[in-house]
Amino acid sequence: MKKLGIDIGSTTLKCVLLSEEGEILYKSYERHYSKINETLGTVLEQLDREYRGETFSVALSGSAGMGIAEHAGLPFVQEVFAEQIAVKNLAPGTDVVIELGGEDAKILFLTGGFEMRMNGTCAGGTGAFIDQMATLMNITPDEMNELSKKHEKLYTIASRCGVFAKSDIQPLLNQGARKEDVSASIFLAVVNQTIAGLAQGREFAGNILYLGGPLTFLSELRASFDTALMTHGVCPENSLYYVSLGAAYSGTGEELTPKALADRLREAQGKGSYNRMHPLFENSEEYRAFCERHEKASLGTTEVTEPKGDLFLGIDAGSTTVKCVLADEEGNILEPYYTLNNGNPVPLVKGYLERILRKYPDAVIRASAVTGYGEEIIRSAFSVDFGIVETIAHYTAAKRFRPDVDFILDIGGQDIKCFRIRNGAIDSLYLNEACSSGCGSFLQTFAGALGLTAEEFSQLALYAQNPVDLGSRCTVFMNSSVKQAQKDGATVEDIAAGLSISVVKNALYKVIRCVSADQLGNNVVVQGGTFLSDAVLRAFEQELGKEVIRPKYAPIMGAYGAALFAKQREEAGFPCGGLISREGLQNFVHEVRATTCQGCTNHCALTINTFSGGRRFIAGNRCEKPLALKEKSEKYDLYEYKTELLKACCQDRKEEGKPSVGIPFGLNMYELLPFWYAFFHRLGFSVLVSPFSTRELYTKGQHTIPSDTACYPAKLMHGHIEALLEMHPDAIFYPDMTYNADEHMGVNHYNCPVVAYYPQVLRMNIRKLQETVYIDDFVSVSDRKKFLSRMKEILPKYFPRVKGRDIHAATEEAYRAYADYFRKIREKAAQFMAVAREKKLPMIVLAGRPYHVDPEVNHGIHTLITRLGAVVLTEDSLSDKVEPFETVVRNQWTYHARLYSAAKYVAQSKDNINLVQLVSFGCGVDAITTDEVREILEKTGKIYTQIKIDEISNMGAVTIRLRSLFSAAEEKERRMTNE
Amino acid sequence: MPVDFTPEMKRDYTIIAPDIFPTHMELLEQIFRMYGYNLVVAHYEGQKVIDTGLKVLHNDVCYPAICMLGQQIYALTCGDFDPHKSALIMFQTGGGCRASNYLCLLRRALHKLDMDYVPVISLSFTELEHYSGFKITPFMLLTGIRSLVYGDMMLLLKNQTAPYEIHPGDTRKVVEKWTKELVGQFKENKGLTGPAMKKNLAAMVKDFHDIPREKKELTKVGIVGEIYVKYSSFGNNGLEKFLASQGCEYMVPGVLGFFQFMFANVKTDYRYFGGKRKKLAMAVIAEKALASWERIMINALKPYPEFACPSEFKKTQALAAKVVDPGVKMGEGWLLPGEVCELIEKGYNSVVCAQPFGCLPNHIVGKGTIRRLRELYPNANIFPVDYDAGASKVNQENRIKLMLAMASEL
Repeated sequence: MKKLGIDIGSTTLKCVLLSEEGEILYKSYERHYSKINETLGTVLEQLDREYRGETFSVALSGSAGMGIAEHAGLPFVQEVFAEQIAVKNLAPGTDVVIELGGEDAKILFLTGGFEMRMNGTCAGGTGAFIDQMATLMNITPDEMNELSKKHEKLYTIASRCGVFAKSDIQPLLNQGARKEDVSASIFLAVVNQTIAGLAQGREFAGNILYLGGPLTFLSELRASFDTALMTHGVCPENSLYYVSLGAAYSGTGEELTPKALADRLREAQGKGSYNRMHPLFENSEEYRAFCERHEKASLGTTEVTEPKGDLFLGIDAGSTTVKCVLADEEGNILEPYYTLNNGNPVPLVKGYLERILRKYPDAVIRASAVTGYGEEIIRSAFSVDFGIVETIAHYTAAKRFRPDVDFILDIGGQDIKCFRIRNGAIDSLYLNEACSSGCGSFLQTFAGALGLTAEEFSQLALYAQNPVDLGSRCTVFMNSSVKQAQKDGATVEDIAAGLSISVVKNALYKVIRCVSADQLGNNVVVQGGTFLSDAVLRAFEQELGKEVIRPKYAPIMGAYGAALFAKQREEAGFPCGGLISREGLQNFVHEVRATTCQGCTNHCALTINTFSGGRRFIAGNRCEKPLALKEKSEKYDLYEYKTELLKACCQDRKEEGKPSVGIPFGLNMYELLPFWYAFFHRLGFSVLVSPFSTRELYTKGQHTIPSDTACYPAKLMHGHIEALLEMHPDAIFYPDMTYNADEHMGVNHYNCPVVAYYPQVLRMNIRKLQETVYIDDFVSVSDRKKFLSRMKEILPKYFPRVKGRDIHAATEEAYRAYADYFRKIREKAAQFMAVAREKKLPMIVLAGRPYHVDPEVNHGIHTLITRLGAVVLTEDSLSDKVEPFETVVRNQWTYHARLYSAAKYVAQSKDNINLVQLVSFGCGVDAITTDEVREILEKTGKIYTQIKIDEISNMGAVTIRLRSLFSAAEEKERRMTNE
Repeated sequence: MPVDFTPEMKRDYTIIAPDIFPTHMELLEQIFRMYGYNLVVAHYEGQKVIDTGLKVLHNDVCYPAICMLGQQIYALTCGDFDPHKSALIMFQTGGGCRASNYLCLLRRALHKLDMDYVPVISLSFTELEHYSGFKITPFMLLTGIRSLVYGDMMLLLKNQTAPYEIHPGDTRKVVEKWTKELVGQFKENKGLTGPAMKKNLAAMVKDFHDIPREKKELTKVGIVGEIYVKYSSFGNNGLEKFLASQGCEYMVPGVLGFFQFMFANVKTDYRYFGGKRKKLAMAVIAEKALASWERIMINALKPYPEFACPSEFKKTQALAAKVVDPGVKMGEGWLLPGEVCELIEKGYNSVVCAQPFGCLPNHIVGKGTIRRLRELYPNANIFPVDYDAGASKVNQENRIKLMLAMASEL
């Protein structure tokens, strides 16, 4: 009997028909655009025509096939398993299979211990991810492949998850990085994600087979895998059909004719159920009333075609869109412009300016301002007068519509910005984390995936009968929830409505952390492109249970605010009118060059934009070096100081005849290095410390990471061990520490589970450690006496010649060095604070944990702060300056107790001091600390700012947060002195 | 200061508890009532509970918190309970993972809802907080744990009979019968002495044994993981039901082990880090008591070799030590890989490691140990599955299906 194998994946449907002899008689590969039943129906019709009445043995496979098989009662073969069957049949002798699908990545190790793996729930480095990235650049995946061939350099792009990667790529594009380079970098990110997520300690050796759509169609992706694995994999014939072939081979099929199969599938349709929510609108009257109400919200400002007097230009170069507008002397709106930036805002702004100048040949643009991610590049390109931070731009605009505004919520393409206004100034800020970018660009890509425009998508949502409840966690999760809902019979309308509601829930519960509508005040203004969608607006009002105001010009509010700002500045007498002239525009040239900075060991990947007239804009730098600034002002940066102190412990080299221990330089070793350094020195050891973390070091160890959702500082440890092994110390010393130092601030003094036990993870997962002496015994430094007796127990096991007497002396030495280290930091902090007071510099406590000093972990955020003119302090430099106090949460981790104390200090201080909390992606403890720190600060009216960091950090987003903080703090300061 | 739970409240307040161990909760409820506390388990499930949790909690907090605290807050706000006559109770182990903070998060959530007046009681061994009208005496604690032994036994037997029962529903009836029987005994202050346990357990095993069963080969699957999602079907999207539908017999190690694990940790901590002798002495006593009850359970199973019987805890401990150091105590600590070893040695080669997405201890003792476990047991087929408010069931079930397909190959 002929065998039919059907593989229904998340994006495509694959079907093969085998003859009795196993020959392929028929095969098809279709994108199903989530219309699985229709697509499958067409395929079956065709089979029915060709093989009328003939019975096949049918089996299904694939992630979407699972539900269908279940409802229709058809045999199902798990897809990875099916693949394995096919490989055995078609490519015996294969050692490793790598398959990328639409939303799943799979690796099969067939020899040397049979293992099959799929990516976890938090992973997007797959076909859908590549599609999304291509959409972002406005090209097709095939074009991406072609472009990638011409790449010159590679950027580091987060390989953790799709959303994260997206927030790396967007700024790269906005800064002018070449699409060739970005394309190749995206492929590399996919490769890294696959290895980091799925290798889990296995080596890729022998015959490697590449399967699935992306690896079949994209030669450069294969090449990227080849390079990373240092091998040459093969993409076999029928590489798209292995899963469906496996299903056919499996021999579990049920005997059916195509027609009978089609009937069965039709009957099974919509059998599932999903969580439903209320429709957005019950009927069209409701919708009409809603529209009329919002029509009225824009009164007071009008759009005109004939300007009254001179003009003021506002530009908002956002992450995915460009918005431009002119305001006349009365503040009327002229020539609003809103478009997708397709990865390069410069030509769009140029086009806008040309059009304006053509249309209003006599107009005078008196002043101009730009805001948004692309602020700097646009400012250099067109010599715009002012650059302002988005929060101020949005507030300026919202105030124009509602002078009594209490709360502003702006959902843009990539960012959610919310701020509460009190007494005419920004009081608190809520910005989304990179990982919850459940915003506009997500809706847009989703609409795109269904072959719809954003407007069509929004319209569909309005009358959905049973909106799907999709949760509010993260966009990658949402993708799979959508997949499930479709399987259970949700219509495109229901999904569109569900997604609109998700965006709102994400903003309300995840970003603002709002429990009741009262928290937001009476006059809530919503703006940003995402609120153009009536569905999103309605969902927001429904969820909040309150009517809000959406200005008619919601998407261009940032630009309009910038124009108004320029006007105010001009009126206040600031020098203006520098905007590029007509002639300048005619001769406009824009060149982009990618290069690697040789200024220091960071080797930043720079993108250099050169414009006519010699104006330059450099992006990607962590410090000022490549900018070649003339005036070098003194920096007051405690992160630098701590680094210097630690560097002093990293000078040892291996010496002949002297025993040595190796210490991996990460996690808690960032604080305890002086302790252990003194300890082992006193015992006569050389202390070999692994080098400061770098991306290369991380890559070296990524194949042994067992859990890809752990925090980056932990994952870096794998690289540190690899580096240490190359240094050949006599032993590697990395003790487990359930408890940390007891600073008597809380009820206990734990380390977090990851810091406490990561040494065990390394032992279990890095095989090479078995070839060396690895000391990961349990130790605590909180009790000196117990520490001593414990070390007397441990050390002789490994170093029989070490004497108890010496351990005693070494212990004393270690505790002295540790105290010294803290004394130095705290003295330095006091010194910096004195300078700050004297020079009237703002102070920022960049509060994290000791290992956030690692340059690869903090991505140079501290330098960014000093560049903005502030003094940088650390949480541990201030934590001893407050008395123990009661916290809402259980204050039980030493590092986190310091956060609370530092926050308390800042809250009580009369100085111009603010706190910025660094949060590692994946740090579960921070879900608890962030609320507490925010509460402590807001109790006295301080502004809370959080920066989430991972493998890579989107510096554009960080800058916005910092600048928002500075401008809001300044405003508060001014208000206070006025009072 | 947290709101006190006063003796007056003890009289007419309802204490709302989350549904942690479905098989055990009804028994525990009764134990609390024996001591004069009107404890009620919030059995709420579904999206409404999750939504409540997400609304009042930081969305990155662990999924068990979203579920359990969601249940409690939902109970208070849905109208079934008078918030002015209710208190909430939450366990607090004082350990180093986030779970010790659930209680505080509950208080913060109540504060956000302007319900600060609702007392929140910390249920802990070490009395982290004091209340004028609520006290867990060591005796009450041990009584509570005794009731859990019954729960464990039912869980163990139910899992080994239900998949094979000839008349669907037989097993469920026996479970219901025994739950009713035990609650009745507890009401009369009976059933919690050593001899009574012996008698009850023997009769219980016999009842399960008498259920007509057919002989068939099923895939044997073990379930380990974070304590909440491991046991709670609400937390793990009906994992057991799914496994049953796929023709599996599954084994979930009991709750008793977790308590033994906690007492064992006091000893290890003392060895590694020093501490108070009194605490150590208490732990040693408790450990002995628990071991003796475990023995009662094992002895009751002896006449019926067809039932797989739990290993002595000491054995689990020794197995775990081959994988990780006994000092690893946060979350489920070394117990998790210990249970995996035990399951595999009993023939449950396929193991689902159920964990909340982003669970910190599970980076170490869950995913972190798999490589080592495979070195020890080359046929081990361990699949970590993440549970989360946003994780889709399709994804989870697809991975479990892969595990089952693997099982047929090994």
